[in-house]
Amino acid sequence: MDVIYHYDGSFEGFLSCVFDSYAHKEIPAGFCSGEDGVFSLFNSRTVLTDPDHAARVLQKVAALSPEAAVLLRRGFLTCLSEKELHLFQVVAKLLREGPGFLGNRSDETLYPVIRAVQHLNGEVHLLKGFVRFSDLGGVLGGEIEPKNRVLPVLGGHFSARFHNERFFLYDRTHKEALFHVPGQSVIRPLADFQMAPPDKTEARYRLLWKRFYDTIAIKERENPRLRMSNMPKRYWGTMTEFQGEEHFIPRTSPGAVSGPGAPAGISAPGTPPPPGPSAPGSGP
Amino acid sequence: MDVLEKLTVLTDAAKYDAACTSSGGTRTAKKGYIGNTSTASAGCCHTFSADGRCVTLLKVLLTNRCVYDCKYCVNRRSNDTRRAAFTPEELADLTIQFYRRNYIEGLFLSSGVFRSPDYTTELMIRCLALLREQYRFNGYIHAKAIPGTAPELVERLGFLADRLSVNIELPSEAGLNSLAPDKTKGAILAPMRQIQTRNRQSREELVKYRHAPRFAPAGQSTQLIVGATRDTDFHILRLTQGLYDRYSLKRVFYSAYVPVVEHALLPAKDVKPPLLREHRLYQADWLLRFYGFRAEELLDEGTQDFDTRVDPKCSWALAHLDFFPVEVNTAAYETLLRIPGVGVTSARRILSARRVGPLHIDNLKKLGVVMKRAQYFLTASGKMAEGLRFTPDSVLRGLIAAERPLLPQQEAVQLSLFDPAETA
Repeated sequence: MDVIYHYDGSFEGFLSCVFDSYAHKEIPAGFCSGEDGVFSLFNSRTVLTDPDHAARVLQKVAALSPEAAVLLRRGFLTCLSEKELHLFQVVAKLLREGPGFLGNRSDETLYPVIRAVQHLNGEVHLLKGFVRFSDLGGVLGGEIEPKNRVLPVLGGHFSARFHNERFFLYDRTHKEALFHVPGQSVIRPLADFQMAPPDKTEARYRLLWKRFYDTIAIKERENPRLRMSNMPKRYWGTMTEFQGEEHFIPRTSPGAVSGPGAPAGISAPGTPPPPGPSAPGSGP
Repeated sequence: MDVLEKLTVLTDAAKYDAACTSSGGTRTAKKGYIGNTSTASAGCCHTFSADGRCVTLLKVLLTNRCVYDCKYCVNRRSNDTRRAAFTPEELADLTIQFYRRNYIEGLFLSSGVFRSPDYTTELMIRCLALLREQYRFNGYIHAKAIPGTAPELVERLGFLADRLSVNIELPSEAGLNSLAPDKTKGAILAPMRQIQTRNRQSREELVKYRHAPRFAPAGQSTQLIVGATRDTDFHILRLTQGLYDRYSLKRVFYSAYVPVVEHALLPAKDVKPPLLREHRLYQADWLLRFYGFRAEELLDEGTQDFDTRVDPKCSWALAHLDFFPVEVNTAAYETLLRIPGVGVTSARRILSARRVGPLHIDNLKKLGVVMKRAQYFLTASGKMAEGLRFTPDSVLRGLIAAERPLLPQQEAVQLSLFDPAETA
């Protein structure tokens, strides 16, 4: 009997589905999460998220293969269509046959998941470079528009790099944002977000960067195709160097807007101390 | 001159340097400091310029004033160009503010020789010390060691930077003598040797004392200009190999010479930069570093330059058809690496996958093997790809057609000798 599993869309919820499918000795035909309670001809089962069940499933998977647990976590963040079904099949095969097949990337159950995770990892890698922050009165803010849910992975990178800063990174696709203050970072849903226009200083650094970008290219080597294959156009929308003129114009009334959550008057964490006495000779 | 203008002049003057990676850095985040270097072994590109090259670091000169008069260089003293210089404070501020906005991975600091190599290096040290000590910058720094600088200064520079580089630029002494009369081979190699020795000592000290200061932990690199002199690919590749073997370089970069000046000893100004040649040298460079090839296997006295039609690995394979086909289920890793279309990653995947069960041709594509190239050179469980018929001549045509879409456009046109329909 084919059954569709309804769950809350969380990773723990999915693991609870896996648990329930074994408890009821049935194989789910599909997964459904959140509001998209589409009408279907199949029977359905609503699975309640149970942290204890989820932990037991993950523990079992990790005991059989630590890599599989990582794959499961990452796989759940991808934009693979019917990712739950693919992941379920990997778990089922792992429990049935043991971890041997995980070494063979061309395995037909494993391959779609590995590909999707690779796509996620690739997107994370590119975004580590392509994310652009703006200084909004001491708080750094940035936006991205990824295909996969990259924030949980990307967040670790930026939280380590800018651990003394306060920053947020908004994911337009999945409508959630990463917030970081020294020592702590969280990901929270955020329905909408509009970046404030830059102040004078911010506009100046944007302009400096744009100028650097435009100057560093060697005219004789121009190669738009190569640039596009290295940096697909879908990333350009959130990158400073590809923005129109208005992006570089400071807002007219200074001091009117302060960044979200930035108490006015506190200097940016990361603003360097005034440079001290200088060393040999005088600057050229 | 304001900072925007200075940035324009000094970026323009620095753009011909090819090296722009942040690889090999190992700085983890530190409390009270800003930044780290990417933990992944590969570098991190922050954007790609209109020429398709990766931009990782803020690549600028401290100054483009120069006492030297190297014929090939835009910054030579006899060139009538605008001159500028950053103050260390200006550059440190730019670096930090760009870094906070995630525009860059760090700083690439080079400079024209202002007054003397020592004086210039001291200015660079001032700037880097400011960044590291006052701004508490923990990101990546690549600095140029200028030939002729006192060893004590190179030493100081190495403790501030992640990577040092000394550019050889001209691949032969004859080239140096005619085009860069102020430089000598000895003056270039001396700091390279010093950096190598000091880097090794520092590693040894690190084993004993965990907090020993690290000297250029990401090693050193250099750059060779291709196409300004008559040096052959074979000469350049052997030089490269020597540098990897004897100076433990991390990378050798090649820069296709862009004619920027009219000079009797240099290619005319309307000559296009030899991008395809540069591309072939990079391909061969990878073969040296990751594939266990030696320069002498790829080229010899008889064939001094790379075949422009196919990449060096295919070229080697075509000249050694008796080595193939390779059976992927039994071949050693080193043998797998010799197959065109099989890279380091796919070779490792083959090793892992064949432990699970015998591999067939259909598996290989999913393991990342580029079958367009590899199909002529391998068998899986004794079988080649189904329906594949070929002669050495048609293999060559197939390989040319397989690579063509990947090459820079201008070269692709030159190669239109063959009809794409012949690929099948």
